[in-house]
Amino acid sequence: MGEQVQDRQSFVPGDQAFQDDLRRRHRRAKRWQVFFFASLVVGLLALLALFANVADEAFGTIAIASKYSEAEVLAALSEARGVTVEGPLEALENDDLAQVLALYIPRRVPVIVRDELSRVKPEDFTRVPLREALAGATLPPDIADLTISQLSLEQQTAILSANLTHDVLYARVLNDVIGLDILKSWTLSRTLFDYAGIEAEFQALVAAQDPPNPQLKPHSWLNSTFVTGTQSSYPELAGIRTAILGTLWIMALTMLIAFPLGVGAAIYLEEYAHSGNWLERLIETNIRNLAGVPSIIYGLLGLAIFVRALAPISSGALFGFNEANGRTIFSAAMTMALLILPVIIIAAQEAIRAVPQSIRDASYGLGATQWQTIWYQVLPAALPGILTGTILSMSRAIGETAPLIVIGASAVIFVDPSGPFSKFTALPIQIWQWTARPQEEFRNLAAAAIIVLLALLLVLNSAAIILRQRVSNRLRG
Amino acid sequence: MMSSNGDGRYAVQIRHLNVFYGPRLAVREITMPIARNKITAFIGPSGCGKSTVLRAINRMNDLIPEARVEGEVIYRGENIYRPEIDPVEIRRRIGMVFQKPNPFPKSIYDNVAYGPRVLGIKDRRTLDQIVEQSLRQAALWDEVKDDLKKSGLALSGGQQQRLCIARALAVEPDVILMDEPCSALDPIATERIEDLMKELVVDYSIVIVTHNMQQARRVSEYTAFFTTDESRTGELVEFDRTDKVFSMPSDPRTADYIAGRFG
Amino acid sequence: MQNQATLQKREIIATALNRQAARGERSALHQRTRLWERVIRYLLLMCGVVSIFTTIGIVVVLGSEALLFFTPPTWIDSFKTLQEPITATATELAISGAGTPLEAGEIIRMVNEEMRVVSVDAAAGTITVERAINGTVAAPLTAGVDILRADSVTLGEFLTSTQWMPQLGSFGVLPLLNATLMISAVAMLVAIPLGLSAAIYLSEYASPKARAVLKPVLELLAGVPTVVFGYFALTFVTPLLRSLFGIDVVEIYNTASAGIVVGIMIIPTVASISEDALRAVPQSLREASYGLGATRLETVTRVVVPAALSGIVASFILGVSRAIGETMIVSIAAGAGPKFTFNLFAGAETMTGHIVRISSGDISYNSIDYNSLFAIGLLLFVITLALNILSRAVTARFREVYQ
Repeated sequence: MGEQVQDRQSFVPGDQAFQDDLRRRHRRAKRWQVFFFASLVVGLLALLALFANVADEAFGTIAIASKYSEAEVLAALSEARGVTVEGPLEALENDDLAQVLALYIPRRVPVIVRDELSRVKPEDFTRVPLREALAGATLPPDIADLTISQLSLEQQTAILSANLTHDVLYARVLNDVIGLDILKSWTLSRTLFDYAGIEAEFQALVAAQDPPNPQLKPHSWLNSTFVTGTQSSYPELAGIRTAILGTLWIMALTMLIAFPLGVGAAIYLEEYAHSGNWLERLIETNIRNLAGVPSIIYGLLGLAIFVRALAPISSGALFGFNEANGRTIFSAAMTMALLILPVIIIAAQEAIRAVPQSIRDASYGLGATQWQTIWYQVLPAALPGILTGTILSMSRAIGETAPLIVIGASAVIFVDPSGPFSKFTALPIQIWQWTARPQEEFRNLAAAAIIVLLALLLVLNSAAIILRQRVSNRLRG
Repeated sequence: MMSSNGDGRYAVQIRHLNVFYGPRLAVREITMPIARNKITAFIGPSGCGKSTVLRAINRMNDLIPEARVEGEVIYRGENIYRPEIDPVEIRRRIGMVFQKPNPFPKSIYDNVAYGPRVLGIKDRRTLDQIVEQSLRQAALWDEVKDDLKKSGLALSGGQQQRLCIARALAVEPDVILMDEPCSALDPIATERIEDLMKELVVDYSIVIVTHNMQQARRVSEYTAFFTTDESRTGELVEFDRTDKVFSMPSDPRTADYIAGRFG
Repeated sequence: MQNQATLQKREIIATALNRQAARGERSALHQRTRLWERVIRYLLLMCGVVSIFTTIGIVVVLGSEALLFFTPPTWIDSFKTLQEPITATATELAISGAGTPLEAGEIIRMVNEEMRVVSVDAAAGTITVERAINGTVAAPLTAGVDILRADSVTLGEFLTSTQWMPQLGSFGVLPLLNATLMISAVAMLVAIPLGLSAAIYLSEYASPKARAVLKPVLELLAGVPTVVFGYFALTFVTPLLRSLFGIDVVEIYNTASAGIVVGIMIIPTVASISEDALRAVPQSLREASYGLGATRLETVTRVVVPAALSGIVASFILGVSRAIGETMIVSIAAGAGPKFTFNLFAGAETMTGHIVRISSGDISYNSIDYNSLFAIGLLLFVITLALNILSRAVTARFREVYQ
């Protein structure tokens, strides 16, 4: 015994050595603490860089050129009308705008009529009478039985003026007449810190290319035209209304399908499934596994099942709609619903599990049946938690891109979706397509669309947080 | 419809009751009656199965997935564990008040009206009448009549427990089972509940599980003493009139418990 | 002496119950059918069963379409067309076009008819064929019809060939798998140290107040849509890499950039699960270590992290699984075109990137391109499923220790 103690003591370092070693150990501890903190900061910096990068691209300066200046167009219009027409172009009435189209691009007027108003197939448009070709449009009665080719330019122009909105006509004038062309765009950071450099580049550009009517101006890619306009091949005029509506349609339909199914499954698993039979265990394990399946796999599932196998349903042909294939909002929503179903089920299960057993006991103790107990006590108590989980799952679905691409979200869609059987595009798809294009201007558009998408997410998440707050307040009594 | 007062001296009779939790036998061979319009107290050390027996009387044990019951509980001449008996109906007639006050996270009114509503009573005036009478019976009416819309959770602990009693009374059970109803309450609130029980026993048969021997002595007419054997299975040691159990218990284990030697 | 109010109330309840009892002649205590309750129960069960159908759907769809891919013959373009129209009985065909010449004995297909090449006259540009084989029906054909040649893909070729060139009938998944694994490796190189360190800081060092602020902010990263991360990779990280390593070295589309951003995306996953595991370590273990004179770092590295190791490992596995399944970042930043390369600064297409690129174009159903997507999808599904199950198995072990 005594010897062992002696042995051990020889291993303990002397006071001085121990002190030195301790200082070394503390220094090491300090260094690592800094490293741990720095790691966290790197993550946060990445987030910051991401936001800054998006903002940098979404705002800045652009150099534009146009075939005609606004003044030229106004002068030509004044001459045709015989009176002086005052600008700006945007303030003109419908018939003036239509007149501009007739003056500058007379041959394209019937094409615009077809693109904006036709109700029949393009190849039939010139053959069938207007009554049919432009069904639903305002037409003078005397021309309803004629075809478009039999009309005079004035009559065609009158149709445009009477049936198109001011915004569409103005966009057409900008697009087809003025021919706005973005020569180059600069980021926000350069605009703020190197404007002289931008001006020098602009001068060089003008000198080299000699574009008509060059102009350098500050530009926010995120603006009202962008949010409310439809897609366009001109970046200056491109908008995301169609994409936003597509996203909203998909989300609404997805929720309509996934919410009842998810909550139903969660109720079953939490309230009924106690016998532990194979089916219940299978469902439970299966949901956990599904939650980890990459979203693109759901895309393949949707492609094979909803788009192809169920084409008569998903195209709406069974219900008398006239879509050519199943690549519709319906298919997208079904796919998304399956994708977020496990997330909703797991969130709802947690919310239901959090309802105290005492509430159930009290209800059963009064002679309530199982469903009465669930419907009147458990669900109301769990609802806020369920809703929070659902909203969070929605914010995941809203940014999902891959499954939508795989089921074939069409590339360029100009028409707003009108129902479950419409073709569609969606915000993330739009971002993806613009990002993939080489021109700098489309990157700017992608950045602006990202801001809209992030704003949408922010709204959803705030809703979830507020909901959670109000609930915890209510439960405190 | 049979008169809820029925016939015979016993509201409920328990015969050869065994309750299992999974493979474990929780209580063994319980046989005892519950007297009509009397208060019966269940006493005994923790884990002796008194709550288990209580929950067996209105089939609340059905809600525990792994619980299994053998033996008979006779209520109105029928064994309530026969397969054709509806547990929902049993629980309506044999009500329950729990250890911790558990009002629903709803208004006072909705708490009391919930039971009648699930029975299918929708008429607002009838519901108003039931709510008022039940709250009066539970001696809570005067305290809450002006804010029936207030959340049941906003009441004090004692008030919450009386609300739970009112809620149980609203469906007019024959028997009320109380599982340590005062264990979470202060002495003043406890006294009010005890007074309330003495008033209610005129109309209802009451069973109370309690840790507090003084309470059993104060309120009950009959007392059942449970304890555990070496395998931690609960069993009924003694059942008799309360004054007899406390003054001259027939089993030495009862005497030990009452004398405070264990538990 | 009974209470008057009670009697009155009993009357009301009895009336209400009588109304119900009147529906059946049974004893009042007996079971009612409660059909509604049963219907609801089965409806709810059906809701749960939907998830099983989803899995069955995934397995059947991926499996059956992939099976078509592996079942000969698959038809690939021979880059040749019929030069002159033929009747339903003609056996000598004039053909034109490029690509590998047809060989005698080969099976070809035009429209719906399959034929066997009997002989080839390369000089005259004609072939002799046996018409309408394999139960197909002979029909007259017009000039310009595409000639497809039979090819088959074996599982062995799929898994071992380093070339993915569908037009040439070469379907080796290795270039795609290689790119996927490279990106996942880079991602884990980023996510493991950063995620674990962040978890350690949050769990062991941060004050409750700091934690309450930092953790939600870190979790914001998890809420950013992946397409936005893709944008970030292409417009921020790639230019950064190019300015660091040189424009000649780093291609515009490269696996390094995609991998780094995938790693950033995964940080919250790793951090959040690891932190849960670290916090589940009982305080008593830490106190034991401090009691022996250990510094905080020594306690963390020698006691807490080893004790939480299975949870931490599970978070890594889950991270890998997410990296492998990640689609948008790689499809935007990693480049198009399957390439078997180990160069991090070169572009290479991943499995997911390939699926996106092919399906976003015009693909016709039942083409080999279409079926190949499902074969890749099946491989992806099997890999991620295995990783997820492994991760849960590891977590389950960790639960046994502390609960």
